[in-house]
Amino acid sequence: VTEAPTGPPLGVPPDPEDVPTFAARFAIQQRLGGVAAPIFTAVFAFLMGGLVVLSTGHDPFKTYKAIWEGAGMNWLYQFPWWHNTDTLAALALQQTLLLTTTLILTGLAVAFAFRCGMFNIGGQGQYMVGLIMANWVGVSFAGMMHGSHVLLTVLVATLAGAAWGGIAGFLKATVGAHEVIVTIMLNWIAYWIGSYVFSQGGPLQDPATPANPISADIAEGAHLPVFWGDPVLQGLHIGFFIAISMLVVFWVTLNRTTLGYEVRAVGYNPDAAAYAGISVKKNFFLAMAISGAFAGLAGGLDMTGYLYHYGTLDVQSSTIGFLGIAVALLGRNTAVGVGISALLFGALLNGTSTRGLDPNVFKPELAGHLTEMIQGLVVLFVGADVLILYLWSLRRRKFKLPRIGGEGV
Amino acid sequence: VIAQAEPTGRRLAIDPKWVGAGALFLALASFWVALPPVTARSILWPIVFGAVSIAGGIWVARAGALRVGIISIVAGVLGIALGIVATRSSVSHLHDVFTWSTLFASMFVFATPLTFAAIGGMFSERSGVVNIGLEGMMLMGCFWGIYGADKTGSWELGVLIGMVSGGLLALVHAFFAIQLRADQIVGGTAVNFLAVGITGYFFVQLYHGENIPSGVGQIPNVNLHIGDVYFFGRAFGDLNLMIWLAFLLVPLSYVVMFKTPIGLRIRACGEHPRAADTVGIHVYGIRYAAVVLSGMLAAAGGAYLSIGFVGTFNENMTAGRGFIALAALIFGGWRPFGAFAAALLFGFSQALAFKMQVYSDSLPGIDVLINALPYALTLIAVAGVIGRSIPPAAVGRPYVKQ
Repeated sequence: VTEAPTGPPLGVPPDPEDVPTFAARFAIQQRLGGVAAPIFTAVFAFLMGGLVVLSTGHDPFKTYKAIWEGAGMNWLYQFPWWHNTDTLAALALQQTLLLTTTLILTGLAVAFAFRCGMFNIGGQGQYMVGLIMANWVGVSFAGMMHGSHVLLTVLVATLAGAAWGGIAGFLKATVGAHEVIVTIMLNWIAYWIGSYVFSQGGPLQDPATPANPISADIAEGAHLPVFWGDPVLQGLHIGFFIAISMLVVFWVTLNRTTLGYEVRAVGYNPDAAAYAGISVKKNFFLAMAISGAFAGLAGGLDMTGYLYHYGTLDVQSSTIGFLGIAVALLGRNTAVGVGISALLFGALLNGTSTRGLDPNVFKPELAGHLTEMIQGLVVLFVGADVLILYLWSLRRRKFKLPRIGGEGV
Repeated sequence: VIAQAEPTGRRLAIDPKWVGAGALFLALASFWVALPPVTARSILWPIVFGAVSIAGGIWVARAGALRVGIISIVAGVLGIALGIVATRSSVSHLHDVFTWSTLFASMFVFATPLTFAAIGGMFSERSGVVNIGLEGMMLMGCFWGIYGADKTGSWELGVLIGMVSGGLLALVHAFFAIQLRADQIVGGTAVNFLAVGITGYFFVQLYHGENIPSGVGQIPNVNLHIGDVYFFGRAFGDLNLMIWLAFLLVPLSYVVMFKTPIGLRIRACGEHPRAADTVGIHVYGIRYAAVVLSGMLAAAGGAYLSIGFVGTFNENMTAGRGFIALAALIFGGWRPFGAFAAALLFGFSQALAFKMQVYSDSLPGIDVLINALPYALTLIAVAGVIGRSIPPAAVGRPYVKQ
């Protein structure tokens, strides 16, 4: 029997109150709360965000309306849509969907590890490694055929993300290092590697403009086709459909394959899984590597889809990988949930950006931090599933509170 | 005369751990030879020492001590890299960076926020609550500390206001972790996001995202008037007050945690809350107090960062220090002196990265990359020690009263 590296540390007698893992908690919650709980969570977080806006002397209703319009959501009632594909609202919506594409994948990066009982907060680093490698491959090999160059670029980015995530999985499986600290450290290492490669004299910095810490543009052949909007103005690329299809891949892998079955079994109870002959260590490694692959893919699609180049300042201001945590948790780590909450956060992120938000209503610099607060509140309330279960049990009056808990760090 | 016919070599009976220790030592040497006072100028020396340590690491890994082997290999690679960078810097720059007395003083500067947060984390984790949110609490201390010092005009009140803000954020974490039995790791992550959002929001709202006006009351330095004493004069002569407080905090927290009834109660809650409850200890109360204390201490470290060290506030200026403190706590085996020693180690790597970033003139861009060093070292340390240090038995588990 493989010894599971999680659970109570060595030398501690088994605790009769021993508690299910993340995955088990969320399964319980899903059965009970259904979609009501995440909606409640989101509404509550937005309400609190509105209170902060109000308390600092701004109008929350006007602010949220401006964010809604900044996200291009008003395009939905610009009927007939096919006559309005190039309005301001349409342009804004394209931006929102670009961010949604990234968030679906960084969300899946968190969700997949979660289903194996691990908390991957390294999506940011895995995404960054993907971006860097995509930029390298996209700029080099300029003579390649169009289709194969894109394919190679995205593939290398995915593999790079998988390797970066796999380090955390490997360390967890072999020496039992907690994935939270390891992935945070890997995030910072990726941050400084990214800052270095695009900095002056760095290996990926554009030699044509030596004063700017920005990379060269990737070759034309490494661009993904844009299907809605103008490629020059960051139109929506077909990576959007790749991200959507990854939701399906995620669902199928988890629910219809042996790998997914083992991953979920380890997530529910590593000891029981080990007893049933499932290699816990292998699954820890695989789950983190697959998680990293999703985030790396996000980096690859962003680079080939609309960014084309990247710079040190972009590296240092990017936080979209962290937002994947809120996306996954709000989406209850399911395919459909991640898709919907990625749209929500994509809209919020774009609606509060300098490009999206009307500065006369609310300062975008403030609004960006509002997004961070809402993100924090969502994660906080999602973690407090007992609160929701408690309210639910008051209604049903028959549900006994489950015993729950995490593991030591 | 060793019989070479022995196929397994088992008759030599060398403990792989000792070979591993030797390999680690050589890895250190591969960097050290390139530094003053030895200052080898050929890249040959780091490569030779590093290669031997890597080879030793591979042997150790194959001989069964996988962990020691991997650490030796990684340390050897790192030693070669740092050694080569050092041989390609000019000698005068090396002397600037590796003036050991000032490097030590710098180490204390960088270790102080880590020490405060790690000791704080010890109280929280010893009482049974995982505190991933140290980072956020430290960030709160950074911003509200400098805000308080700016508005009241006194650094004492600034530190106090910073500590209160960190305590409040810790109270949120405590409420969700203890009362609502939320997952403590998810909750702590949420608290970190909240802190980034809150401090960023109010930084823009109150200071328009620009620099906080200079002349904010700074925490003073303590001048010991020993400037002429060899080594100690520069290392200890003019340290910040908060650094001395950190030195004081370590033995104090040791006494509180291991020699007083209060410490016994905290540890009881972290080891076996049911037993503690049975003998009449108020588990929830102790845990609340410990978590709030951890937030206040982490925030004190943050306040030192903004009004003792840097002198201004930048968005997300803690840059992972809360997590490094958490790693120091684990590395130090959840004990004050161990955590302090680990904080010094990580502080030293930060000081080294900081100095090399300023003085490096070797490879283009390497001054940027060197910033990754503290995080890489923390990663190696955490991977090397986990599983050997045993956390409090009930850490991370909510307690349900019966």
